[in-house]
Amino acid sequence: MSETLLDDRPRPSSAPKPKPQPPIGLLAELTHRCPLRCTYCSNPIELESRSAELDTETWKRVFSEAADLGVIHLHLSGGEPCSRKDIVELTRHAAEVGLYTNLITSGVGVKESQLDALFEAGCDHIQLSMQGADEEITVAVAGMKGAFERKQEFARQVVARGFPLTLNSVIHRQNIHQVPVMIEKAVEFGAKRIEIAHTQYYGWALRNRAHLMPTKADVDRTIEQVEEARERLKGVLVIDAVFPDYYAKYPKLCNGGWGTRTLSVTPSGKVLPCHAAETIEHLDFWSVRDHSLADVWDHGPAFEAYRGTDWMQEPCRSCERKHIDYGGCRCQALALVGDASATDPACVKSPHHDRMGDLARSESAFAPDPDKVSYRLIGAA
Amino acid sequence: MGELPDATVPKLPHGVRFRADKARGGHILVGPERIFNIDGVSVEILKRVDGQTDIAGIVADLASVFTAEPAVIRPDVEAFLIDLRDKQMVTL
Ligand code: SF4
Ligand code: SF4
Repeated sequence: MSETLLDDRPRPSSAPKPKPQPPIGLLAELTHRCPLRCTYCSNPIELESRSAELDTETWKRVFSEAADLGVIHLHLSGGEPCSRKDIVELTRHAAEVGLYTNLITSGVGVKESQLDALFEAGCDHIQLSMQGADEEITVAVAGMKGAFERKQEFARQVVARGFPLTLNSVIHRQNIHQVPVMIEKAVEFGAKRIEIAHTQYYGWALRNRAHLMPTKADVDRTIEQVEEARERLKGVLVIDAVFPDYYAKYPKLCNGGWGTRTLSVTPSGKVLPCHAAETIEHLDFWSVRDHSLADVWDHGPAFEAYRGTDWMQEPCRSCERKHIDYGGCRCQALALVGDASATDPACVKSPHHDRMGDLARSESAFAPDPDKVSYRLIGAA
Repeated sequence: MGELPDATVPKLPHGVRFRADKARGGHILVGPERIFNIDGVSVEILKRVDGQTDIAGIVADLASVFTAEPAVIRPDVEAFLIDLRDKQMVTL
């Protein structure tokens, strides 16, 4: 038996266009509607409207195609996926075709009866977002009164039903001091796992970056806190952590490489190699309305654009790490350097690396100005 | 003998699935954010983890299929299941 934690399954080499290996994960953004308005939301600034959303039958077809293609984990996400009236029906279909279903929810506005129905429909795992470890911070981040109380109650209901629970905490300057308390809360709630994931700056988070960026000292302290807790909570709680790459030496590996392991489908059906990929405007994203998922995965131009290593420029092209990090994040390269095929500026070999660190240091040095924060919109018209 | 009483009933908890992986071949045990490749005898063990059959029953069945002595294979079966329990993929 060998464990393949999601990051080390074999990936294709850059030999002459072999058929790509099948994906293992599908992120289905069922809707952009959400009762919360988090400042770090990674949904695009241009939210897709309810009227543009795929209907029930189309999502079911997509899930069947995903299972045939080889997808193992299905992440039902949004927005708030439970804003969809058909969430139970969609979950049941996904489970029936053999997908492992992970519901990614804010927990706000999910009724107990809905939770029962989801359990019975075969929902495997629930991932609950946690914006802060108390009411004050939760309101400041998510823009909704009473949300913390409600989340606590939801976590209790989830665990009582026998679902495995993961807490997902997106970390930034407003809540970074609460990391140890969040970890304690996870244990108290009976979660099996917590993700301490530093904000990634796309969509609303990029707009709010100056407000969200933590100082290097805060990040270093968090790394120590996480290491200490991991050791102490072995066998009780798994802690997965992602730290901001603005202060890093090498970039992060994008989901195992572009078009290699995962894909996302937006509420209206566009298939993306990564959930932020629409920021790369020149890419041509095929829709599930016109193509099968297998067709998009094997031949979609947006997937082919940065798959493998052929697209690379220097310094990536001749770098010994190119099969380790695949040149980092394409979206970040575009956002900060203006070229989606450039080396991710998080890499020390990028000519823009110092500028990136300076930006983070200067933005994090000022007190956040609450008047300048953009809460995301609840949903598009 | 082993550590586990005869009447122990191994079970896959809610949120753990064992299935064939048609796209890549072989079998996988899937949990939240994790995938284990399962091969060889391990597949035969997990196929018998149905939430009803106790460990003595699983071992007896395997022993008859593979014409082996139950006492000989039992430690391996137990070690495999205990390892999965420690990974929160099986309850015992
Ligand atoms: S130069 Fe490119 S491949 Fe090399 S470490 Fe930097 S980002 Fe990775
Ligand atoms: S391209 Fe960048 S934003 Fe998109 S998944 Fe990869 S690392 Fe994340």
